[in-house]
Amino acid sequence: MTCLALSPPLSAPIMLEFKTLHDRFGYDIAESSFCDNRRIVVPSGKVYFVLEFLWKELGFDMLLELTAVDYLEFPEATDRFGVVYGLVNTETGERLIIKTHLNSPELRLPSVVPLWRSADWMEREVFDMYGIEFAGHPDLRRILMPDEFTAFPLRKDYPLRGRGERHNFPVITRAES
Amino acid sequence: MAVGLPENVFLTRLDAAANWARSNSLWPMPFATACCGIELMATAASRHDMARFGAEVMRFSPRQCDLLIVAGRVVMKMLPVLQRIWLQMPEPKWCISMGACACTGGVFDTYAVVQGVDRFIPVDMYVPGCPPRPEQLLAAIIEMQQKIMRTGTFRGSEFSGRTSPTGPPPFDRDEVRRLQEATPVAGLEIYTPPPRVAQPS
Repeated sequence: MTCLALSPPLSAPIMLEFKTLHDRFGYDIAESSFCDNRRIVVPSGKVYFVLEFLWKELGFDMLLELTAVDYLEFPEATDRFGVVYGLVNTETGERLIIKTHLNSPELRLPSVVPLWRSADWMEREVFDMYGIEFAGHPDLRRILMPDEFTAFPLRKDYPLRGRGERHNFPVITRAES
Repeated sequence: MAVGLPENVFLTRLDAAANWARSNSLWPMPFATACCGIELMATAASRHDMARFGAEVMRFSPRQCDLLIVAGRVVMKMLPVLQRIWLQMPEPKWCISMGACACTGGVFDTYAVVQGVDRFIPVDMYVPGCPPRPEQLLAAIIEMQQKIMRTGTFRGSEFSGRTSPTGPPPFDRDEVRRLQEATPVAGLEIYTPPPRVAQPS
């Protein structure tokens, strides 16, 4: 397939050799690419070490996005959740997407706040919406929903209209106010 | 009664005098959370000029207001704030629910959005529209003035009879029906989770 690169790199990119990753972290790291969009799928146990390697050795100094996907009822999906990290090397303009999969009892990942401070609120948002915990996060609280909320609303098994949380308030009548 | 009244003196009931003063100096509390807030600002601006009806003094402290204008959708996290603002306003006070979202939740029929503020605070006037034109808000304010003139009392005793909530009960029949529809049916194809394949590690 031929396609145009929408955002050409600032200068000649250091083409990341997947071979170095394979040599360092083993052969269960999958790679794929589409246009200039390069993706690496890493098992959840190794994701912190891969990200640390990419930042310390290969200069991916900016965490542009950190989000999650719920693959419940998704055709051909084998894992329940995917957590996606979008990295940028601000020297070369190189971009890289790291993805890892999680399944239901062990919804836990190491926090990347020690590497990129920008991960702070994004990890809180992923925790708030999907219930994925980030071990070592300095302040893992809900960020969008109220603190007393108990569900994780972006999970696919959570009904769109909620379970009645939006109605759980005292009613004030005119005579008593 | 041979003694005539001097000039500039007229006789009236105390209720009517109070209503006349109150209805012509409504001080709105703008609770603007969405695009209705833009129309509210347009209503206060020079073209539509809410000052013609004595309602131009927007106060951002509820202690100084007597007309709460809820303009925009109210989410779960904001509703306790709205209720607190309503309780902080001194008597006599009134409430206008402006726009589809404040009245019914509008298109935002989701887990986080309150389906009409009248379920949780008393509302005197509803303004339909998405968002309403400034003319509609002005019409509501004029209607509000007429309502105050018609029903107001000096001591505010007309409020004491309103002991039931203004809106529908929080869980109305439609809500229960939709909740039942949203509940997954066991054995139905689309709700069967996909088979788990062991991940190589």
